[in-house]
Amino acid sequence: MTIQFNNETFRDDYSFSNSDWAIKRFPFPFHEDSYMYSVNMEQHRGGPAGSVYEKRFDVDEHYVAEMRDRALVLADDPLRCQSLPHMTLAGWDLLELIMVSKSEDYPDLFELHRDGNRWRWVNKPMGIDDTFTFLDETTLPYGPMEYITRQAQGDFCVLDQRDDMLWMDAGMVTTQADWSLDFDIGMNFFEWHAPVPLAHEMGIFQRALKFLLNIQQGSPARRLNWTMTVNPLLDTSPENYHKWGIQKTSLTPENLGAKQHLRVELQTFFRLPRSNALVFPIRCYLCSFQDLMTMPKWGRRLHRVVRDLPEELATYKGFIDNRPMMLDYLSQYDDGLSTSRGIWPDLETEPPLQR
Amino acid sequence: MSKFQFPQSIKSRPVYGTLAPQPGKAHLMIADAEGAEALLDLAEQDSTIMAQAHIIFIPKGTDFSDKLRALSPAQFYEGPTYEASIQRIRHVLEHAHQGLQVYLAGTEGLMGQAQNEAMQAGIPHTSIQTEHRGSVARRMQCVHCKGITEDVLFDPFVCSHCGLNLFVRDHYSRRLAAYQGVCIDAEDPGNIPDPVELYS
Amino acid sequence: MSAAPQKTKSGAEQIEVTVSAVVPVNDLVTRFEFSRVDGQPFPTFSGGAHTVVIMNDDGRRRMNPYSLMSDPADTSTYAISVRRDDAGRGGSLFMHTQVKVGDVMTLSYPVNLFSLDLRARKNLFFAGGIGITPFLSMIAQLERMNGNWELHYSVRSADLGTYADDLKTKYPNNVHVYYDDQSQSIPLTDLLDGQPLGTNAYVCGPKGMIAWVHASAKEAGWPDAQVHSEEFTAPQPGKPFEVRLCKSDMTIKVGENESLLEALEREGVDAPFLCRGGACGQCETTVVSHDGEFIHRDHWLDDDQHASGTKIMPCVSRFVGASLLLDR
Repeated sequence: MTIQFNNETFRDDYSFSNSDWAIKRFPFPFHEDSYMYSVNMEQHRGGPAGSVYEKRFDVDEHYVAEMRDRALVLADDPLRCQSLPHMTLAGWDLLELIMVSKSEDYPDLFELHRDGNRWRWVNKPMGIDDTFTFLDETTLPYGPMEYITRQAQGDFCVLDQRDDMLWMDAGMVTTQADWSLDFDIGMNFFEWHAPVPLAHEMGIFQRALKFLLNIQQGSPARRLNWTMTVNPLLDTSPENYHKWGIQKTSLTPENLGAKQHLRVELQTFFRLPRSNALVFPIRCYLCSFQDLMTMPKWGRRLHRVVRDLPEELATYKGFIDNRPMMLDYLSQYDDGLSTSRGIWPDLETEPPLQR
Repeated sequence: MSKFQFPQSIKSRPVYGTLAPQPGKAHLMIADAEGAEALLDLAEQDSTIMAQAHIIFIPKGTDFSDKLRALSPAQFYEGPTYEASIQRIRHVLEHAHQGLQVYLAGTEGLMGQAQNEAMQAGIPHTSIQTEHRGSVARRMQCVHCKGITEDVLFDPFVCSHCGLNLFVRDHYSRRLAAYQGVCIDAEDPGNIPDPVELYS
Repeated sequence: MSAAPQKTKSGAEQIEVTVSAVVPVNDLVTRFEFSRVDGQPFPTFSGGAHTVVIMNDDGRRRMNPYSLMSDPADTSTYAISVRRDDAGRGGSLFMHTQVKVGDVMTLSYPVNLFSLDLRARKNLFFAGGIGITPFLSMIAQLERMNGNWELHYSVRSADLGTYADDLKTKYPNNVHVYYDDQSQSIPLTDLLDGQPLGTNAYVCGPKGMIAWVHASAKEAGWPDAQVHSEEFTAPQPGKPFEVRLCKSDMTIKVGENESLLEALEREGVDAPFLCRGGACGQCETTVVSHDGEFIHRDHWLDDDQHASGTKIMPCVSRFVGASLLLDR
């Protein structure tokens, strides 16, 4: 299908919206009626047709608007994109991975023509047609990582692998769940996850690290993570927290369904060939509570998950103060019926709300 | 003098040790104030390393310089401030060779900044020894304006650059040699708790 | 699992290849070059990577890891060099005596457990004998990046100096070869002295050489994190033993000439692996109970873990005793 790109904003008037198609394919992150940390990794080798898992790098109706928002963030704060000097080769690896994947997966939108190291890249939705020399930084307007991630949805962390450890040594981070690349760049896997409660004690990060260190070329992996955001704000950065934090207090029972968004990260992991680095794209999907409630199964389940989430997690994810109001809203959509396993909405088989 | 025991914390918070002599052909020692005592203890363990030692000391009003000089290091430099010593530290590191041992002692701010210089010069942080002595004040970065506020002893505190009220996190960046300060009243403007002394 | 769980297959992805050249390099070493059956380019890789070669030895599946020695940027071919080990379990002998041009074989995707630290100001390579192979791809990579490197290569004799002459001709200023039969040896202490800060050392060769480089560097005050080594342990034959597998609910026999990992695979028990040489940690297996002695040969578990008797690496380690119960 040809994607109709939305003309929308993720700031100020927040004109962002999801089409019915986007709601239906939203990566709802809860496969059962409760949530706890787990190393929920699986192979990233496609998925159901039309789902966000189908392509290596999902492109959807928000693509052009998200790239416009990224350009605004970078103009305001160029430190959101940084690469330590030894990571340039990994940047080229990433550029190649994205260009090859997108041109193969979306031939109507992207083209890559290669003649030796002479490459021509066509990005139709963004109106880009550039010719450059692969592995020669002087032929691109930005470094290779910045160049390609200004044209790819989601944040990108490029992790160097040394001494059986991963190091956050490069990244493009403008749609983050409240962490700062400028502060965390250069940290190891345990250090940049240091502020996450409970998971260290549960051994989650030791197990996750072991898994990630062994991700091999040609065998990418993926998992989902989630948090909550008031308003469809992509740039929930610590840098701007003093500006957006106040929005969390703007919820009312009347506006909650429209303003409160479930924020889901599709995290994927690819081994990069020349540098042996690991790239960790973090793609952010937003969906308002009222749109989620159009799927009866998700309505029932979201209520139960939010209700039963341990206090530390609700605090860490930043919605402890709003949880009572969220539950008042969500409980209207929970009739107590059981839900089918798995994340898919199962519209054909799950009964409508019984009240 | 007794050493301060920092409470257990998150994984990004540095953990300091006790300086111990290591094999090497050159020894670079950088200390401020009471950090001098850690160097004196180090020399007591093995005085022979002093023949290849370069001590850079910032007294900050203390009177340890004569005692350090008495260790007869190959080179001794007393700097009025850390900032004034940076060019010298960079020069030494630039011309150093593999096998150089780096010993840092004193406040977190000094150790963090000197460690960063040594890392930039190519020494893995895991091979740089540190020992905390003296003030427990922190070097803080404001995550909003990126400005550094030195010697923070109270939580919350006011950013010396942008004036926001910040709370003190344990999240620490080796690259910035600073802890993270985050706006405390973003969700409730003007509601700023009374400052409390760190570790009190 | 968050969605659509898929069964994970053990090992890296595989590539069907045709043997395009078999080139004897000297009395002990032969080079094998491969092209892809499907005509596609090979994946590029990073210097120091290896591939696992899957051999069909008269119905018996052998899987041996070999360093990729070809230029990582050359996607038309992969090459490995195999040293004949007459006392080994037969993988290298199979390669030397059975494999010929035109044969179809299977290689794993590249896996790198010995990669360059790209921050290094300078790279100091120490190779012993067939340990030269990972450095060949590293050198190719660094040459493209204008990297700073130096190779110190110890060989038995000029006749057995695998690629020594080629390297000296190509890089006369970077390559230093030392001949055992002329009583030459690497002047390690001198070489470790006076290197610029941020130099990284890499060693690949016999066990003793690796230990020597690590110990000398430590003595010279080098940071551990800047001394890298790769040592693949070939599984050694040993007394047959029996293993009870809890999860699979079966008892299997490990023969004299096969590893525990190979026995698991033979019985259709899926066990993860990458290096098959005790280095990567993928096949780590929990011991539920045991009555007997372990013969640990891996570099993955630490001494305490070895002593605890709670973990075993089935790719290289064995067991002697009355009973062994594993969580597989």
